[in-house]
Amino acid sequence: MTITRPIEAPRQSPATSKPPAARQRGRGPRDRRAALGFLAPNLVGFLCFTLIPIGASLVLSFFEWPLLGEAVFTGLANFIELFTSDPVFWQVVGNTFYFVAGYVVLNLIVSLALALWLTSRVRWKGFYRFVFFLPVVSPMVANAVVWRLLYTPDDGLIAWFSTTFTGSPGPNWLGSSEWAMPAVILMSVWAGFGYNMIIFIAGIEGIPRSLYEAGELDGAGWWRRTLNITLPLLTPSLFFATVMTVISSLQVFAQPFILTGGGPGSSTTTLVFYLYQKGFQAYEMGYASAIAWSLFVLIMFITIIQFRSQKKWVHYS
Amino acid sequence: MSSTTIDLSSHGVTRHALRRRVGRVTSQVLLFIAAVITLIPFIWMVATALKPAGEVFANPPSLIGSSIEWHNFADAWNYLPFGRFMLNGLIVAGVGTIMVVASSAMAAYAFSRLKWRGRDGTFLIYLGTLMVPQEVLIVPMFIIMRQLGWINSYQALIIPWAFTAFGTFLLRQFFMTLPDELEEAARIDGASRWTMFTRIILPLAKPALGTLAVFTFIGYWNSFLWPLLIVSDVNMATVPLGLNMFLGQTGNQWNLLMAASTISVIPSAIIVILLQRHLVSGIALSGMGGR
Repeated sequence: MTITRPIEAPRQSPATSKPPAARQRGRGPRDRRAALGFLAPNLVGFLCFTLIPIGASLVLSFFEWPLLGEAVFTGLANFIELFTSDPVFWQVVGNTFYFVAGYVVLNLIVSLALALWLTSRVRWKGFYRFVFFLPVVSPMVANAVVWRLLYTPDDGLIAWFSTTFTGSPGPNWLGSSEWAMPAVILMSVWAGFGYNMIIFIAGIEGIPRSLYEAGELDGAGWWRRTLNITLPLLTPSLFFATVMTVISSLQVFAQPFILTGGGPGSSTTTLVFYLYQKGFQAYEMGYASAIAWSLFVLIMFITIIQFRSQKKWVHYS
Repeated sequence: MSSTTIDLSSHGVTRHALRRRVGRVTSQVLLFIAAVITLIPFIWMVATALKPAGEVFANPPSLIGSSIEWHNFADAWNYLPFGRFMLNGLIVAGVGTIMVVASSAMAAYAFSRLKWRGRDGTFLIYLGTLMVPQEVLIVPMFIIMRQLGWINSYQALIIPWAFTAFGTFLLRQFFMTLPDELEEAARIDGASRWTMFTRIILPLAKPALGTLAVFTFIGYWNSFLWPLLIVSDVNMATVPLGLNMFLGQTGNQWNLLMAASTISVIPSAIIVILLQRHLVSGIALSGMGGR
C-alpha cells in the first residue's frame, strides 16, 4: 500500500501536470473571467431592458411628460392626482379586484376538480389534457374574438342556450355594465384553467403511491383519500398556483380589450387597460408610469400577504 | 369469526364493485360532457368559419350551414396578409426563443457552477426583478424603442424580452441539481469552462431547456400588449395583432373573422398535440409546480 501510492501520481493527464496546489489557486481568477464571459450577454440585456427601464419608470412617474412635449418634474403630483382626484382610478382598481376575485376562485375550483378527476381512473387522459389545455395555448385574442360571437345578444349561441332552458335570451352580456365583468371573467376562466390543472396534475402525480396504498388498506374511499392525503400534500402546488394566478390576473388586459373595449362606460376597464389608455392613447407617459408603479406595489403587497399567511395552511413535506 | 367475516366482505365486495363501476361510468360521462363544453367555442368557431355570411345567426343554430364555404378561409387569408403574420410570428418567436434559451443558459451556468465574488448579490438583483410586472417596463421601453428608431421592427418585438431573469432563474435551479463530479473529470483533462458547459451541462439539461424553449415560444407567439404598442405597420404584425387588425376592419363579418381565428389557433393546437405527453413532466421539472 505505502509503495503504490506514489506510483499513482503520474496517472494525472499531461495537461494538468502542474502541482495540484497551483491548479487550485489558478481556478479562482479563471472562474471569474469565465463567469464574466458567460454572464455578459444576459447581464447587458438585463441592464438595458429590465433594470434601467425599471429605474426609468420610477423616475418618469415623478414627471409630467406628454410624449411629444417637454418633461416637467412635478414630484408626487401624479400619484396625488391618481389617488385623490382621478375620477376613474379607484373604479378601475375596484374592477380589477372584482376580476381577480372571480377569476382566481373559479379558476382554482375548476382546475383542481379536473386535476383530481384526471388523476383518478379514467380513460382517454391524453385527449382530455389536450382539450383542457388548448385554450391556454391558443392566442388570447382569438379566444376572446370567438367569445364575442358567443356572447352576441339575442342571436348568439349563449343567448340561444339561455332561451332554450329558461325561456329568456338572458342579458346583453357585453353591453350591460352589470354583466360585462362576469362575462369577461367566465371567458377568462375558460381560457386559463388548463394551466393550473396541469400544475395540480403534476403535483398529484408527485405524491408517493405508498401513501395511497396505506389509505386503501384502511378502507378509505376516494373522498377520504382525497381529503386526507391528496389535498394536504397538494398545498404547496395550491399555494404556488394561487400566488401566480393572482399576480397574472391583476395584469389582465387582452380579454377586456377585445371583448368590451373596457366598457360599457368604464365598467370593465382594468388597471393595465387604464395604463394603456393613459400611456398610449393619451400619451401621458409620467401618469402611466405612476399607474404602473401603483400596480407593482399592489402586486408586491398582495404577494407578501400571501407568503405571510402560507404558514397557516401550506404543508411542506 | 373468520368464516363470517369472509362471507360478509364478499357480499360487500360485489355491491361495492358494482357501485364503483357505476361511479366510474358516471364519472367518464360527466368528464366527456365537461370536455365537450370546453370545446364548444372552438367547434363553433370552425362551424361559423364554414358558413355562408347570412347564416351565422340562423335560428335554431346549426353546426353546418346550407353550404360549406371553404373559400371563407381563402378570403380571410387574403383580406389581410395572414401568411405574413405567421411568418412574422415564426421569426419573432423563433429568434426570441433562441436568444432567451442561450443567454439564460449561459447566465445560469455562471450563477450555479462558477464561483466568483458578487455572485449571490447579483443573483439577488435578478430575483428581485421577477416580481416586477411587464407593465412597469413598457412605458420606458416604448420610449427607448422610439429613440432607437425601432418602431415597427423585429428588433423591437424580440430584444426587449430576450434577456429574462425568469429563464436564468429556472435554468439555474436545474443546473444546481447536477452533481459537481460531472465536471471534475473534464476539469482534470484540462477542458475549458466552455467545453464543460456545452458538452456536459447542456446535454444533461435538455428537458429543462426544452421546457423553457416551449414556454418562451408560446409567450412570444401569443404576446399582444407589446406588439399592439410597438407595431402599427400591417406587414410587421404578429398573429394576435393581425387578428385584432382584422377585427377592426371586418367588424361583423363573423364567418371571415372565425376563419381568421381558426387559422391563428391551428399552430397552437399543433403545439399542444406534439407536447401533450410532456406537459406534466415539463411543468413538474421546471419547478413551476411549487415543489
